[in-house]
Amino acid sequence: MNHTQELQWIDYLVMIIYFGFVLGIGFVLKRFMRTSSEFLTAGRSIPAWVAGLAFLSANLGAQEVIGMAASGAKYGIATSHFYWLGAIPAMVFVGIFMMPFYYGSKAHSVPVYLLLRFDKKTRSLNAMTFAVMTVMSSGISMYAMALLIQTLHIFDAPFQMLGLPNSWVFHVSIIVSAVIVLGYIVLGGLTSAIYNEVLQFFLIVAGFAPLVFLGLRNVGGWSGLKEKLPSSFVHAWSGMGSPHNNPLGVEWFSLVMGLGFVLSFGYWCTDFLVVQRAMAADSMSAARRTPLIAAVPKMLFPFLVILPGLIALALTQPAHSAGSGESSAPKSAEVANVHESLIAPQVNVETGQVVKDKEGNPVLDYNTVIPQMLLHYFPSGMLGLGLTALLASFMSGMAGNVTAFNTVCTYDIYRAYIRKEASDEHYFRVAHFMTVFGVVLSVGAAYFAAAFNNIMDILQLVFAFVNAPLFATFLLGMFWKRTTGHGAFFGLLSGITAAALHQGLTIPEGSVPGIKGGWIAVVNTYSSEMAQNFWTAIFAWTTCFIVTIVISLATKPRPDNELKGLVYSLTEREHEASLAWYQRPVLLGVVVLCLTLVLNIIFF
Amino acid sequence: MGFDIRLPIGYLFTIFGAMLVLFGLFTANADMYQRSLGINIDLWWGGILLIFGLLMTFAARKAQSRNRTAQSERRPPSK
Repeated sequence: MNHTQELQWIDYLVMIIYFGFVLGIGFVLKRFMRTSSEFLTAGRSIPAWVAGLAFLSANLGAQEVIGMAASGAKYGIATSHFYWLGAIPAMVFVGIFMMPFYYGSKAHSVPVYLLLRFDKKTRSLNAMTFAVMTVMSSGISMYAMALLIQTLHIFDAPFQMLGLPNSWVFHVSIIVSAVIVLGYIVLGGLTSAIYNEVLQFFLIVAGFAPLVFLGLRNVGGWSGLKEKLPSSFVHAWSGMGSPHNNPLGVEWFSLVMGLGFVLSFGYWCTDFLVVQRAMAADSMSAARRTPLIAAVPKMLFPFLVILPGLIALALTQPAHSAGSGESSAPKSAEVANVHESLIAPQVNVETGQVVKDKEGNPVLDYNTVIPQMLLHYFPSGMLGLGLTALLASFMSGMAGNVTAFNTVCTYDIYRAYIRKEASDEHYFRVAHFMTVFGVVLSVGAAYFAAAFNNIMDILQLVFAFVNAPLFATFLLGMFWKRTTGHGAFFGLLSGITAAALHQGLTIPEGSVPGIKGGWIAVVNTYSSEMAQNFWTAIFAWTTCFIVTIVISLATKPRPDNELKGLVYSLTEREHEASLAWYQRPVLLGVVVLCLTLVLNIIFF
Repeated sequence: MGFDIRLPIGYLFTIFGAMLVLFGLFTANADMYQRSLGINIDLWWGGILLIFGLLMTFAARKAQSRNRTAQSERRPPSK
């Protein structure tokens, strides 16, 4: 790699100071941790803006940072749909409409809400799948980080100095990150994770903003970027009429329904990992404002994480004559004229050889876009800061998963099935144990991912099926008091089945039947994998929605007095009149949506 | 709960800012700044981070002393 540069003492110093602070926060918080709920739910004492930034950062794991820049280089500015369409509306919805039930029901976790609203089996289905999923994603995050560090060779020098083999870089990365994450969560619990997420938010802005500044300056600003890239890469909506006119390979309906509705609401409104941050807020109105506060930086994040991908692409590509990319987007492989490239070709870690595709062109490794840009533009000093920001995002991704895991394991699995009645002291100890357990399992998952990439892909696919119908269950549960536990449970199961069947019966263009779909038979071919995913989600959601309604109507409803505070029609509305205008969730929500609309129009 | 998160943020960014400014000053005109398009990004961005860090620290300190006076005003009548 041509611009590998040696890290200097100042770069290491920046990293060491940061990790010192991370652990320091844990140490200071330790003396405030006395009960299981202080440890697992931060004692519901977090101010709205802190919870809001944590809400944003918890999701801003490295897969997000690395993945969004990679998608920026692959698909262009349309990647911002994952923010403007795939996050903001759902964040506004969860804040305004759903938080009153999560926060107001005093549930410790999202599965506990399902227990209160429906029954044991629905809660357990959600708790079990969620626990396994969090451990897996934290393991994958760890694995991705170790792999990236190894691929970039950034820490090779100190290992050589100590006479250690290069292969140790991978193991040491995993162990060190696990120990740091374990350290600050065991010490300070959820509060520690939230505080560190806020710290990480500022660090990411501090590390990436100058990168975008330098990159944009280099390509001649936004107008320079527009000249160098095909027009489909700098417009988010204009090619959405047909899947063949835009780089994502989807059309507007599946984009809006699949991504904007099913997947986005399914994640932001039901995933305990993010909802947990809002549930830790210090009051109902703070809890409702949490996702709305998070939405403001969220809508600006595309400029921080997607633009680097676009810039890298513009600088990698030979100057593009204006207008030639009008009709069809160049497929990523065609852009592979790698000259002094910011998008490095993929290198096989074991053999050190460049990976080639069928035609013998090097396969580009979009996942290294951000780190390559850091190495390209940053001198020593800033480089340390940029890499620290990247490492911080990896760790907070893990920490977010571990704090959600220990809560669900303690309250929804241990207390529900293993020991129902015990002193809080006992659960406090169990919570610590679950934290250690979660980190150990994550390390296991990281090595599992390294050894069995395929099995990991299959597992992730299964979890995509499990998640797809979730929002239908919550929507009906919260807004239709007739919904029953049996309806919810069997609705979920049939939604999951529908997702699996749809995926098994369809295939994206140019794939062979297998993990990508079509493992039952090929009935329909989609223009892209993304289109297939969106439609899988739409099918799963619709099935769950209909089956839940039908079974609910056929089963006995719960009496109204049991559902107070759990269902919209039986819950008193919070009076907003006493709040200052900037504290009113509905008003904030409208402002957020208007701003998002403006961004969509600008980048239409 | 615990302490004001603005305090560690303030400290961390003050330290990072000061480090980068000093490093930028000592390495001014070094070849490595060709990478950042001839801009001494350590110095400039370090300066911005330093200001941000000091503002955060200041805000946290101010809130702290306000809390303390509020508490000491509240305490005597209750006892």
